[in-house]
Amino acid sequence: MSSMDKSLTAGTAKDKLSLFGLLGLVIRRDLILAMRRRADVLTTLVFFVMVVSLFPLGVGPELDMLRKMAPGVVWVAALLASMLSLVRLFSADYLDGTLEQLLLAPQPLSLLVLGKIIAHWMVSGLPLVLMAPVLGLQFDMSAQALWVLIATLLLGTPILSMIGAVGAALTLGLRGGGVLVSLLVLPLCIPVLIFGAGAVEAVTSGMSVVSHLSLLGAMMLLALVFTPWVTAQALRISME
Amino acid sequence: MLEISELACTRGDHRLFSGLSFSLSEGELLQVEGVNGSGKTSLLRTLCGFMMPEAGVVRWRGEDIRKLREEYHAEMIYLGHLNAIKDELNALENLHINAGLAGYALDDKQAIAALRRMGLRGRETLPVKVLSQGQRRRVALARLLVGNAPLWILDEPLTALDVGAVILMQELIGEHLANKGMVIYTTHQPLEVAGVVTRRLSLS
Amino acid sequence: MAINWFKYSAPTAFYGLAGKLVPWFAWSSAILFAIGLYISFFVAPTDATQSEAYRIMFIHVPTSILSMFIYLVMAFYAAVGLVFNTRLSSMMATALAPTGALFAFISLWTGAMWGKPMWGAWWVWDARLTSELILLFLYFGFIALHASIDDPRRADRAAALLAIVGSVNVPIIYFSVKWWNTLHQGSTIKFSGTSMHIAMQQALFTMLLACWTYSVAISLLRVRSIVLERERNTQWVAELEEVRS
Repeated sequence: MSSMDKSLTAGTAKDKLSLFGLLGLVIRRDLILAMRRRADVLTTLVFFVMVVSLFPLGVGPELDMLRKMAPGVVWVAALLASMLSLVRLFSADYLDGTLEQLLLAPQPLSLLVLGKIIAHWMVSGLPLVLMAPVLGLQFDMSAQALWVLIATLLLGTPILSMIGAVGAALTLGLRGGGVLVSLLVLPLCIPVLIFGAGAVEAVTSGMSVVSHLSLLGAMMLLALVFTPWVTAQALRISME
Repeated sequence: MLEISELACTRGDHRLFSGLSFSLSEGELLQVEGVNGSGKTSLLRTLCGFMMPEAGVVRWRGEDIRKLREEYHAEMIYLGHLNAIKDELNALENLHINAGLAGYALDDKQAIAALRRMGLRGRETLPVKVLSQGQRRRVALARLLVGNAPLWILDEPLTALDVGAVILMQELIGEHLANKGMVIYTTHQPLEVAGVVTRRLSLS
Repeated sequence: MAINWFKYSAPTAFYGLAGKLVPWFAWSSAILFAIGLYISFFVAPTDATQSEAYRIMFIHVPTSILSMFIYLVMAFYAAVGLVFNTRLSSMMATALAPTGALFAFISLWTGAMWGKPMWGAWWVWDARLTSELILLFLYFGFIALHASIDDPRRADRAAALLAIVGSVNVPIIYFSVKWWNTLHQGSTIKFSGTSMHIAMQQALFTMLLACWTYSVAISLLRVRSIVLERERNTQWVAELEEVRS
């Protein structure tokens, strides 16, 4: 614990933090909080693994069919796991009052929100990316397909976190919980699903994945530019 | 420096108050009074900029706070019903994060001194979740000591505090007012600051 | 004689105006539906390739077009309400949503009914039908979010933001679904050929107008009851004839 203390306390010795320093502070804060509540983090991962493993149980163990289904199954599971983890993005801060203080900080709210989204992705999205190849083996995916799967998830899961952040901000403190956020956000994430799973299918049929990956990349940049600001507005609306 | 003119607030369907006008200058202490549900918290939250008023405008140093946004936020501290501290972190870490977000310098010595003044000696590095309610409130209040914002907006700051802490708060407010600060607050417990006349604003 | 349009941006004045307009639109709608359905089922000739089943298109196409159009109008009103903080715009957006969702649903239903005789299946993953399904989900999201928030102002503004984000996403969603469909060689429900018999064009146009007048009528009715509900504590509502009796 003492080394973590230092990382939080060291940064503020100088006068005012630069924008990057501020981003770093928010990310570090959320990462440390996530580390001290490890259970939350692990449940997302376990859910992901369970959903993927349910499909063979439901459709039978024929490897041919599983290989065809694999990209879609892994991607849908990643989508669902992301949706469930989104509730955690703002709710803890909302409940103990720290979110209010973030709105009152004399800093650009979009930047603080971006920091939270990045930390959230590192804790909820990145483990999915790392776990996916293992699951892909369950479905007898080729090495090539696995690499493309990792690439699409690496580009796609941040987009899911970013679009999801808007949904999480709009549904702050509401009774619906994860289901309501999913209802709002899933339709908007469909393009990511289509191109993400589509890329893996393309590579297994020998076609080029450049267009898929570049579209995903473009979507990620678009989300990066717009979602922090939209999320900040949504937070202001929800905190009235 | 803080001016409110013709302020009207609505919560859900009904009008809480309207036509409210007052101002607050350096060294002044203003208590907002009213029965439960009369809109005290809504008024304070409107002053923070969370809620948009139905009518009227809040001005800081002559400018609408909605235009000032960050400049206004840099000069105010809000303490609401919630403590706004993270349970999983310790008191020191909480203060440092606040300092970083609020954009002022804070080294360990200052932070520890502030926590000691708040009566938390020996508890600076314990995770906040093992502290009692009163101690958590003290951690939240320690923010007032290390910040350098002139305007304090406090919503029931004395909740969960024991007699000793209440006296301490009165001292802190007194010092802040002497330092050209200003305080607007609500409370259900009596709060008297030595040598200062409390202005009162009733919403009922 | 200049009409002061801004007068009608206050719920009180709009309530009266809407009340006067509803009968006009309702009657127009009924007449247009009668004419349109007559032309669709009796005047338009039998299609060479699709025989009688194609007539479902006269309901499917107008409802598709309108479901899309209503979403954009809804998002527009919601945006106006969000930016200019006008209550009536937000109420109008809320009033439009159920009608838009209904049209999307009818469009899907008639699309399936069309698909069955053509392709032998109740649902085919046609690009347009799939996009229509996603549009229905977007409507549900808007309605669900608005219904889940108790504070009417927060509900209006949150749903407005969602509608704006949704409308920006609709082209992206449509493009990606279209791409997905062509890649998988999916089936396309489309009317054969570019030239349509004049009666068919008339039928389509009449039905389109009928659906449009219907949605205006029903939305005005709905917005009146929303206005009544939101303003129930005010003086002017208490003095209305229908409330006093």
